[in-house]
Amino acid sequence: MVEKFDAIVVGAGPSGNSAAYTLAKAGLKVLQIERGEYSGSKNVQGAIMYADALEKIIPDFREDAPLERHVIEQRIWLLGDDSYIGTNYRSDSFNSEKPNRYTIIRSQFDRWFNEKVREAGALVICETTVTELLRDANGKVYGVRTDRVNGEVHADVVIMADGVNALLARRADFQKELPPENVALAVKEIHFIDPALIEQRFQVKDDEGVVIEIMGKVTGGMVGTAFLYTNKESLTIGIGCLISDFKEKGITPYKLLEDLKNHPVIKPLIEGGEVKEYAGHLIPEGGYKAVPQCYGDGWMVVGDAAHLNNAAHREGSNLAMTSGRFAAETVIELKKLGKAPVASNLALYKKKLDDSFVLKDLKKYRNLPGIMHMSPQFFGAYPDLLNGAAHDLFTVDGVDKKTKENKILKSFVKRRSVFGLMGDAFKLARAFR
Amino acid sequence: MSIIKVEDKLYQNRYIVDENRPHIQIKDADVCATQCKTQPCTFCCPANCYSAEEDGKVNLVTDGCLECGTCRVICQDNGNISWNYPRGGYGISYKFG
Repeated sequence: MVEKFDAIVVGAGPSGNSAAYTLAKAGLKVLQIERGEYSGSKNVQGAIMYADALEKIIPDFREDAPLERHVIEQRIWLLGDDSYIGTNYRSDSFNSEKPNRYTIIRSQFDRWFNEKVREAGALVICETTVTELLRDANGKVYGVRTDRVNGEVHADVVIMADGVNALLARRADFQKELPPENVALAVKEIHFIDPALIEQRFQVKDDEGVVIEIMGKVTGGMVGTAFLYTNKESLTIGIGCLISDFKEKGITPYKLLEDLKNHPVIKPLIEGGEVKEYAGHLIPEGGYKAVPQCYGDGWMVVGDAAHLNNAAHREGSNLAMTSGRFAAETVIELKKLGKAPVASNLALYKKKLDDSFVLKDLKKYRNLPGIMHMSPQFFGAYPDLLNGAAHDLFTVDGVDKKTKENKILKSFVKRRSVFGLMGDAFKLARAFR
Repeated sequence: MSIIKVEDKLYQNRYIVDENRPHIQIKDADVCATQCKTQPCTFCCPANCYSAEEDGKVNLVTDGCLECGTCRVICQDNGNISWNYPRGGYGISYKFG
């Protein structure tokens, strides 16, 4: 006899763990299936974890969650050939009792979260790959097939939290393949290093941390960004660009990463570290317009698998955790009302997404991905021009300031033309309004 | 400038290799040779799993695969890659992620 559950959650990343935890906590019979050795063993992120989304699921998570450093300073750097211009925001108020965001190491964090899922009463099975959804003659999902012997399991509802590739939803024709211009490939390394060097180089103490988001020359004219984050005893450094751009430019991702590591302003920050892992992962960057149908008869899709990622603000795991929680709450509410998890009732999940920051934020930036894809100048020419302008202004060489200003203005017009500059200003205003 | 050897990077990673059961396959070697001029899989794959052969075909070794999905996305016009996750418990196993 095939075992039946109230809900099956496929995947044990932030969205899957949030869904399974919330369901189990409410007393539902939950099965969570993870293909890796343990929760987190297949997962990759920068990683920054936003406290608010997790607090709403596990309010006292700070007591035992494996957190690295709380972020007290955010830097945004535009790199030139041998320089950067940028902004830093640092505040002692981020040293509060309950800091707002932390750097984390995903395999450790996910493992901790998954332990909470088990404690809440869910059955968690690892080392098992779900190969397809089980559907009846009307298309309603009633379970999953796994790669185990007799690996069929049934449930009232299946929550797909299987990550950006969303193989299950695509195989069931609930989603189309990701277009290369809607998805970024990011590669990163973790460098272990003496914490004293981190404190010295980033001017932090104790568990304080700094994150740097990077744009400019290092992406080789492609639409993309790089990052450098401080952990307790390590640094993570990575870079990602749209797959369509990698394809067109013919640049290998690891070459890009090496160039970033060797950039004159980055190199001194990471020097002396020992690389212990190299990772690669896709990031859904198509924004609001790329969000697929996220529910149907007997199924919902959450997190990266539902393309819920805010590329403009580098937010993803918080959208994942929140969407996982919403999917679970939808199931719990329907069960209380005695309503079946059919599409018309599961529409409540979409409403929750619509009414929250998750889809409100993605909607706000709905034009951004398309504009950025068509405008590599924001990632190449402008960082370059701004670095040049700063260099001219800050070099005292007997040339009068008016002449310097004219030279800077001319450099912008030469590179982008007057109409180009006006068009770019308009594009930016439209993308961020 | 020296050539970057991605093998040195992959050497740091933990893999549980499913011997003789590659989870990704090239469907038709001739399609790579005759219908794909640029062969983007050979330079976009972050683990360098794909290499161009002298006869115009592409060789695939999945042992170092990071399971990212780039090759499947990039080859969708030709649809010449059969892409699955490894069997449960196999493949890349991130220590840090």
